[in-house]
Amino acid sequence: MNWITNYVRPTINSLFSRREVPDNLWTKCPECGTMLFHREVKANLNVCSSCDHHMAITARDRLSALFDGGIFTEVAVPEPLADPLQFRDQKKYPDRMKAAQKKTSESEAMLVAEGEICRTPIIAAVQDFSFLGGSMGMYVGNAIIAAAERAVEMKRPLVLFSAAGGARMQEGILSLMQMPRTTIAVQMLKEARLPYIVVLTHPTTGGVTASYAMLGDVHIAEPNALICFAGPRVIEQTIGEKLPPEFQRSEYLIDHGMLDRVTHRKDLRDELVTICRMLMGQSPAIRGDLPAPDASDASGEDAAAKAGAENAAAE
Amino acid sequence: MINYLDFEKPLAEIEGKAEELRALARANEEMDVEKEAVALDKKAADLLVSLYRDLTPWRKCQVARHPQRPHCRDYIAALFNEYTPLAGDRNFADDHAVMGGLARLGDRPVVVIGHEKGHDTKSRIERNFGMARPEGYRKAVRLMDLADRFGLPVVALIDTTGAYPGKGAEERGQSEAIARSTEKCLQLKVPMISIVIGEGGSGGAVAFAAGNRVAMLEHSVYSVISPEGCASILWKDATKMREAAEALRLTAQDLHKLGVIDHIIEEPQGGAQRDKEATMASVGAAIEAMLDDLSKKSPQELLKDRRQKFLDIGAKGLAA
Ligand SMILES: [Zn+2]
Repeated sequence: MNWITNYVRPTINSLFSRREVPDNLWTKCPECGTMLFHREVKANLNVCSSCDHHMAITARDRLSALFDGGIFTEVAVPEPLADPLQFRDQKKYPDRMKAAQKKTSESEAMLVAEGEICRTPIIAAVQDFSFLGGSMGMYVGNAIIAAAERAVEMKRPLVLFSAAGGARMQEGILSLMQMPRTTIAVQMLKEARLPYIVVLTHPTTGGVTASYAMLGDVHIAEPNALICFAGPRVIEQTIGEKLPPEFQRSEYLIDHGMLDRVTHRKDLRDELVTICRMLMGQSPAIRGDLPAPDASDASGEDAAAKAGAENAAAE
Repeated sequence: MINYLDFEKPLAEIEGKAEELRALARANEEMDVEKEAVALDKKAADLLVSLYRDLTPWRKCQVARHPQRPHCRDYIAALFNEYTPLAGDRNFADDHAVMGGLARLGDRPVVVIGHEKGHDTKSRIERNFGMARPEGYRKAVRLMDLADRFGLPVVALIDTTGAYPGKGAEERGQSEAIARSTEKCLQLKVPMISIVIGEGGSGGAVAFAAGNRVAMLEHSVYSVISPEGCASILWKDATKMREAAEALRLTAQDLHKLGVIDHIIEEPQGGAQRDKEATMASVGAAIEAMLDDLSKKSPQELLKDRRQKFLDIGAKGLAA
């Protein structure tokens, strides 16, 4: 494979597809109410500089922030049948899909990409809560299977960022069937002895939590993310009592043994590299905001080997 | 005495009349009502057939939840010998919403697991209405692991509204427990058969339903969410459960068309609750047939085929 097909096209894509927002716009932190400069919010990965509240970040922005130089290549996801149940509620499912696509400029609720973090080649899958609540339908299942297959093929770790309100009801039982299907994807990684790191972001609930999001080798959550199977409202209705605000939040889950780490978004990238490289038996990473792999790199693997060699030489 | 469902009211009237007539005749020897009673019986039988011929999805839900429908406990008692219940998750507790243990189907030793809803107020409370907590899934994982190591097939009987939405259940890692149970099903090198006998509710059902063969009783349902829950979210009105049940395609017939399940097990006329013995016989025969079929496969084939089966789900729509 030559680097032109691998890197140039996505570079251009990622540069031009970012929606331009004027710098003078303000964003109000939903948690503390502080007015924040849009540019500052963006530079801060959508974390409030005043109270550290982690606001939503789009899947594409997440990938750009994650990979060296913001460069990544999307991994193709097999397109499932559209509207398999011919589902009708108050709206038709295809109409809901169209509206979501228009709102997000994405085709579905998950992006899969390959690229490098600190010259460490990985596969990343990012669930997009802004697309129909990140709901898990056949596409998301196919995306996770495609991500796992690509990771196995390229012998890379898979880092998965979860965010979902749960199953996609409009795909009924087929949505539920993504629980075993994605579990099989995780088994593929385990059998190939490749790290599977889950980053649970706000919110991760329902069938998503009860399948691939809770089967990681390492579970990292962003601060104060809601992570649960049954949501707090349903539980309050069942037991007839009010739940404390910290219930089912990241810090509560780590106290109850369900997570390995709760990590600030700004530290995630570093932490992911550290963990992946140790599990992969690689030398320590070169830190810093590395530029995209350059033209002389034939492939990600070479780049990683080179990075390792440079690192060794520096010691 | 059978409990009638809402839509069975006309049937209740006819059967009630026939019963009254016969009671009168018993009290009054001169009366001969047999002819009329037999006519009413015939009318009732015809009505039963027509009511059950094309049950709407919502009516199927009602039948699937019928309090007199045979439950896991009944199947275990009727179909298996030497049932030896095994308890506990070795971690926290024994969850009575999930029962299971060693048993023989004919001479064949198996591990059987299932949700048990209970049959009266006391047992329903004890069984938490068949809604498992994390310990239930963890017990099931333990039993499946036992089956795997000793080469015994697993038979899972599914009948749950869903996982229990309680505080403790969440605290103790309900999500992880369900995920591990599904994972265990998919790791087994022994045959696994999953049968939805009543309600297959969401993640709580999937945890036991990733088998080599998945079958459903004719009037059981299997869904990602209850029709009431779906209606309150998508229609913003919980009373639209009929529409939601329709849209969700939760009947055995639709799921068979979609390729999600492998077999439909026929129920007696008027549903499993009307003739438990006949229901037991057809479920027993179905389990035997599926196990015979799977017993020809090697451990590797069982594992590989099961995975492929789930990876292939979704490829065909309803039209196919
Ligand atoms: Zn703030």
